[in-house]
Amino acid sequence: MPITVNDRTHDLPDDPRVSLLDFLRGHLGLTGTKKGCDHGQCGACTVLVNGMRINSCLSLAALHDGDAVTTIEGIGTPEDPSALQQAFVEHDGFQCGYCTPGQICSATAMMDEIANGWPSDASAELTGEIKPTPEEIRERMSGNLCRCGAYSNIVQAILATQEAQS
Amino acid sequence: MTVHFKQDEPDTRNLLDQGSQGVIGTAMSRPEGLAKVTGTAPYSAEYRFDDCLVGVLVTAPFTKGRITGIDKETALAMDGVVAVIDDSRMTARPAQGGAGEAPQQSPRQICYYGQPFALVVATSFEKARHAAKHLPFSYEADDVSDIPLDPETAETEAGDGGMQAGDLAHAMATAEHAVDVSYTTMGHASAAMEPHAAIAQWDGGRLTVHASLQMPNYNISELADALDLTEDKVRIVSRYVGGGFGSKLGLSEETTAAALAAMELGKPVKVVMSRQQVFQSIMRRSESSQRVRLAVDAEGRLTGFGHEARVSNLPGEEFAEPVLQSSAFLYAGENRLLALDVARIHQMTAGSVRAPGEAIGMPVLEAAMDCLAEEAGIDPVELRLRNIPEKDPGKGLPFTTHELADCLKKGAEAFGWDSGPRKPRQNRDGEWWIGTGMASAARVHNVAEAKARVTLNADGTARVQSDMTDIGTGTYAILTQIAAEMLGLDPANVMVELGDTDFPRGPGSGGSWGAVSIGSAVVIACDAIRQSLAKKAGIDADDLKLKDGKLQGSQPRSLSELLDGGNMSEEGHYEPGDISDDYTSSSFGAFFAQVRVNRHTGETRVDRMLGAFGFGRVLNEKTARSQCLGGMVWCIGSALTEALHFDPVDGHLVNCDLAEYHVPVHRDVPDLEVMLVESRDPAASAVQGKGVGELGMCGGAGAIANAVYNACGARLFEFPMTPDKVLADMPD
Repeated sequence: MPITVNDRTHDLPDDPRVSLLDFLRGHLGLTGTKKGCDHGQCGACTVLVNGMRINSCLSLAALHDGDAVTTIEGIGTPEDPSALQQAFVEHDGFQCGYCTPGQICSATAMMDEIANGWPSDASAELTGEIKPTPEEIRERMSGNLCRCGAYSNIVQAILATQEAQS
Repeated sequence: MTVHFKQDEPDTRNLLDQGSQGVIGTAMSRPEGLAKVTGTAPYSAEYRFDDCLVGVLVTAPFTKGRITGIDKETALAMDGVVAVIDDSRMTARPAQGGAGEAPQQSPRQICYYGQPFALVVATSFEKARHAAKHLPFSYEADDVSDIPLDPETAETEAGDGGMQAGDLAHAMATAEHAVDVSYTTMGHASAAMEPHAAIAQWDGGRLTVHASLQMPNYNISELADALDLTEDKVRIVSRYVGGGFGSKLGLSEETTAAALAAMELGKPVKVVMSRQQVFQSIMRRSESSQRVRLAVDAEGRLTGFGHEARVSNLPGEEFAEPVLQSSAFLYAGENRLLALDVARIHQMTAGSVRAPGEAIGMPVLEAAMDCLAEEAGIDPVELRLRNIPEKDPGKGLPFTTHELADCLKKGAEAFGWDSGPRKPRQNRDGEWWIGTGMASAARVHNVAEAKARVTLNADGTARVQSDMTDIGTGTYAILTQIAAEMLGLDPANVMVELGDTDFPRGPGSGGSWGAVSIGSAVVIACDAIRQSLAKKAGIDADDLKLKDGKLQGSQPRSLSELLDGGNMSEEGHYEPGDISDDYTSSSFGAFFAQVRVNRHTGETRVDRMLGAFGFGRVLNEKTARSQCLGGMVWCIGSALTEALHFDPVDGHLVNCDLAEYHVPVHRDVPDLEVMLVESRDPAASAVQGKGVGELGMCGGAGAIANAVYNACGARLFEFPMTPDKVLADMPD
């Protein structure tokens, strides 16, 4: 089976060494997904695979036979941005912009994880409803580094989006 | 036409406040924001060219010596390999910021572990990476016991910034209160999120390089020099830069290598450094050892001020971390001694990492001031207020605007600073000790020569062009606002094009000088256009009121009507002048932090932090605040976690990735508060503003250190203050 990326199907690469990240960037030209470390340490390459966030640099493209991948390009466009993307602009949740697609993909999935009651280190209880507090968001977003230091604004953008949606 | 303005005197025209559009200073969102949040903003490695080859750098696995042979044949026999580039023109280390000439070349001579010496070019990244990893080569490495690696024992040279006045030793001996304290700070990495990257194209006559660089205005000279080309044969494009923080000030190794490969092969070549290569072969901030001596009289007024530091760099490098830069003028004291030494060691190039100098000099000075406040029994805020000098105590020059007192007072009030007697270990929440600390902020203000072209189009829109960059600093936003304000346009009708050396030369992004320097050039160009418009309208330029694309008056006329099918284009040229002989100029601020320290583990968490900053005019409230926020995040990193660790035997960098070099993550950073203490500083620039990009990290690590002491009683003399050190120093 081919791989589906942003609702379009593609053949997998011939070279088994190609990471999902390099497949997206180099083969499909979806350069919104960024390479910051290639070692799963920075989160800039975060994409959604079957709705869940992963570091695409840590995964070989060949392992995603039949999977549905959503990249930043599939989350919104300049003409039709998602609410979270708009909130990032409004709250200045970025500076250089290089970690930003990863932050937004990560936060998109993270909001679902909270809604589905997945606990984190910052959760008071392991079961029951999880409140999207700033501390919950910080804990769950800690895999996405931002060297410009836009963290406070990113959290504000996520909180504003959460509030608008609830 | 070019309009030139050299700043020999304060610019009291204050042109920006004459505008009517009302957009300058506002919290306008970045015009490139949607491109960034949707992943459509192209960074250097993301341009697509047909037949683009991929190069991977090969680096030295030893510290000093030379490469004696490279087995190209074996590499060329590998799948997909097209070439092995080992041209002697390859650059062996990055250029220092503003060098304007090629850095060290002849890469077969190895001066530090991880130095690139060859480039393997192949048809895909995977093939190039494989061949680079397996490229056979031979080398002669010097005996590690002969290589100077320890800055404390290596040979030293005197660095810039030293001065002596009066008799510090006597002042110390006769002081009512005095402290004599020594500190160490460990090295830092810029660790910009985008690794260094370049795609080079050669059309047989001209080279075009898309590269991630902060200062194309200097980088074009560096690259042309390295390649023996004239600058008209080189074009550098850096429209989006994924963070720089000093690491992309100078031409770096991948750009030269990509250019040489493209010229040899006649095809586009892309080279992106791995994260490990960025750590190993780009700039480090030097470690430092520092001694601070402070002497005060009975009223807590400084009579003696000493700050001495030792930093390091490779032999032959001119840069020495300017640790004493703000110590020269921040506090009073007639008996002064400043001295800087540079130890010559073989680690990767030491150069500019965000706020070179103040980033480590200010936290140490501010930690020492906290010791002095305790010794003298004076509130730390009050101690600083008592020691703000009337004039630069070293040079005797007046200051341009001086916001320190204002920032200290306003910051203390907003933070809820308790000015009562201070004693450590007074507040505990379960297993956490809680305490507060504060520090002053200072960062020297610089301007640089800058040119920008502004074109007012016949349709009433405007275009701003310069090779200046936006590295996340907000250049696209502030130049949009400046042009919109000056020309009376909706910001949506202003297009800013940056990062292309085919445009007029900007100042580059570095040293916090970018916004005010290029902003001044845009103001100058727009002012010339305003003069032409006034002439065309038959009115005095002082009476020209432009708003929403219209000439205001009893009968408003649209700009397009006034332009009558033509356009107006001016190049603004801003040049620093003799005013620097007449004033000392700096941005100022104050940090206040509350931390909690775990009594069992020594872990420190920052609960809250406030920074109040004064840097003249605020060009954009949103992006200026973001710059300050970012600086404060760096304060947290340099206070608590960031440290380059080198192997003491062979000097290689041990923690060369983002798992082992700990930059702050989301959960390390509380909701930070920024106060902008605005003023107008006509002596600083033609926009009445000073630098802000680095101010937010100039001292804040000291506030955190002082809060750690106030919380748990651990008075540390080393940065970063990792849990092991805090725990070892915490009283039982």
